[in-house]
Amino acid sequence: MNTLAPFFPITNASRISWASVPVFSVTKLVRLTSEMLHAGARLCSWFGVPDQDGTILVAVLALDAESTLGVARSEPVSGSYPSLTPKHPQAHLFEREVWEQHGLVPVGHPWLKPVRHTLKNAPANAPFFRVEGGEVHEVAVGPVHAGVIEPGHFRFQCAGEEVLHLEIALGYQHRGIEDALPGGPHPASMSQMEALAGDTSIAHATAYASVMEALGGVEAPLRAQWLRAVALELERLANHTGDMGALALDVAFLPTSAACGKIRGDFLNLTALMCGNRFGRGLIRPGGCRHDLEEKRLLALVGRLKTHMADVEQAVAWFWDAASVRVRFRNVGVVHPSQAADIGLVGPAARACGLVRDVRFDHPAGWHRFSQAPVAVWPSGDIFARARVRSLEIQRSGRYLFEQLDAPVDGEIQARLPAPQPESLSVVLVEGWRGEVCHVAVTDHFGRFRRYKITDPSFHNWTGLALALRGTAVSDFPICNKSFNLSYCGFDL
Amino acid sequence: MFIFDTIKNRIQRGCQTMPYPKGPAPALPDRHGGALRLDASRCPEGCTRCMDACPVEAISANAGQGTRLDLGRCLFCGDCVTACPHDAITRTNDHRLAVRRREDLILGAPGAEELRLAEALDKKIKSLFGRSLRLRQVSAGGCGACEADINVLGTIGWDLGRFGIQYVASPRHADGVLITGPVTKGMELALQKTWAAVPEPRIAIALGACAISGGPFVGHAQHNGGAGSIIPIDLYIPGCPPHPLTILDGFLRLLDRLPKHNL
Repeated sequence: MNTLAPFFPITNASRISWASVPVFSVTKLVRLTSEMLHAGARLCSWFGVPDQDGTILVAVLALDAESTLGVARSEPVSGSYPSLTPKHPQAHLFEREVWEQHGLVPVGHPWLKPVRHTLKNAPANAPFFRVEGGEVHEVAVGPVHAGVIEPGHFRFQCAGEEVLHLEIALGYQHRGIEDALPGGPHPASMSQMEALAGDTSIAHATAYASVMEALGGVEAPLRAQWLRAVALELERLANHTGDMGALALDVAFLPTSAACGKIRGDFLNLTALMCGNRFGRGLIRPGGCRHDLEEKRLLALVGRLKTHMADVEQAVAWFWDAASVRVRFRNVGVVHPSQAADIGLVGPAARACGLVRDVRFDHPAGWHRFSQAPVAVWPSGDIFARARVRSLEIQRSGRYLFEQLDAPVDGEIQARLPAPQPESLSVVLVEGWRGEVCHVAVTDHFGRFRRYKITDPSFHNWTGLALALRGTAVSDFPICNKSFNLSYCGFDL
Repeated sequence: MFIFDTIKNRIQRGCQTMPYPKGPAPALPDRHGGALRLDASRCPEGCTRCMDACPVEAISANAGQGTRLDLGRCLFCGDCVTACPHDAITRTNDHRLAVRRREDLILGAPGAEELRLAEALDKKIKSLFGRSLRLRQVSAGGCGACEADINVLGTIGWDLGRFGIQYVASPRHADGVLITGPVTKGMELALQKTWAAVPEPRIAIALGACAISGGPFVGHAQHNGGAGSIIPIDLYIPGCPPHPLTILDGFLRLLDRLPKHNL
């Protein structure tokens, strides 16, 4: 634990008292955080907590190798503080967010502009970074995209076909989820978590429920934890399958795309078998789960899962067998491992750069303390690698599910949930299908939320897409984009 | 080798598109529950159990009027059904949910215990769109789940193309817009511009609780509480998100393409 000092070490999904979070002057907090990041820690979250005398900055770090998280906070501060970003690019969006939400200026931040702020009827996302020169032209895409997809704006600086720079401006989906949480939990909070990123309902719902359980000082019954782990892998399977199909479609390889489109729906229907909703809404509640997987239902689930796994493995095998597909993805959209570490990539995008990071393995909580799937890694950082990691994870999630469904744990599915303890802080990480979902709650002296900070994996990873585009052709944008398939609503909150 | 594998597998699988709507509708998942029904005459004076259970205040009771359930706000979580000891709110397991008017989503008044399902477009519009409807989808603050189940209709299982319905890239090519999300302030201008670019006559469909009322985010200042405050809506498809079957039923109902046994 010495490596974490002077940060307070905590494990995933636990609670500490707010008073035990070490306090430093803001310059010291920045310096200590910088030292930790330099030594290999990751920045999970960096946010402000409003206080009478200004804003308290909170840093949440992860030391993956030690399965430990570290937290520290600053004294109340107003005005400005020295920016982390010049040395640690992974802080750049967090610092922009803190500036937007609390008005604290990170001095030295190279590109300080709003993250989600809206002026009247559109996001305040101008001006855009511009490359000047006679041969340079600009391509603007969005917010309304060509397909059935969420809104965002992409601004490319190109020389001919080559992309020199891509700036991604979001905020179109901002519907005030974080702003609504202080004073809560409110009756709608759980439903809002389930609709925070629709394709990641299970991961966000699990994170929120675990926060409530940690704050209340209880654990969900083991059977509920088992159910959550099963639902989380079904969510991963559905989305990874959809992504394999989408990648195939964008290189006009129709057998895989047609098959995966349907199989994705088959996986969603398995989640619906568990709880009635294809996205898992209504399954998870603080204290446990609302629906059980009784034996008959379990057997039906296993039977259908077997069929769908065979189908998806077949469809994905066609994809990898086709030289025309493989060659289209090799050395396109490359993110180098050092870049990936610098910008703090998470999830399959990070694992496709050879970084071994997976919350299920590094910071196991809930059911993952007892059983884990092997981490899937591929080193090349290109679209090929991102597709490869997904297809490995499809296999491993399937195997993991069969193992878990073969050995269900008995018992209750809902525990009584005590009220949240006052003046506390709780951190929960969950490995969603896109990567690390991070929820941090700080309670006031009544036990209500004083601050609730949500970090969707897309918050870390959009920068990865921007970097992947550099030096590629603008016409490769669709396949690069699909290979990341990031969430707009999870980012915009 | 793989190409022969692909062809062989393709032949073995045959046609994977469902027989609906010619055949019967596929069953909803048993825990889905489908549409709700509210018989407010069963509500005893002063009982608020369903209202207390609802996360989004979809249920209300005005003095002298009785209980009302707004399916335009409802997330279909079923907490009210569990909470009600009087069997006033029940599940119908019916996938059909689309209506033409906002008020048709409000249940509870005598004679309005259930939804008043959508009627087809009028004759003239139907003659234009009945066999070919092109929609520009606008995602305006949704969570991506409605969009996902809109996309699912394009897959081989559902094959939306067989009805002449297609999602198009440009509003200039579209006969209407299909809106998801509560219309965030950030998407307000974009939706207005997209709508203005669709040539008349045109239709607008609000899909999902968010686009109808704000859904789980109802009351937040960051959005417009649904698409109806920005443009006139011709079809409401409730749900969070609506099941693909519900969405397809809505489209076909509007275009008068449902055979009698599935109406």
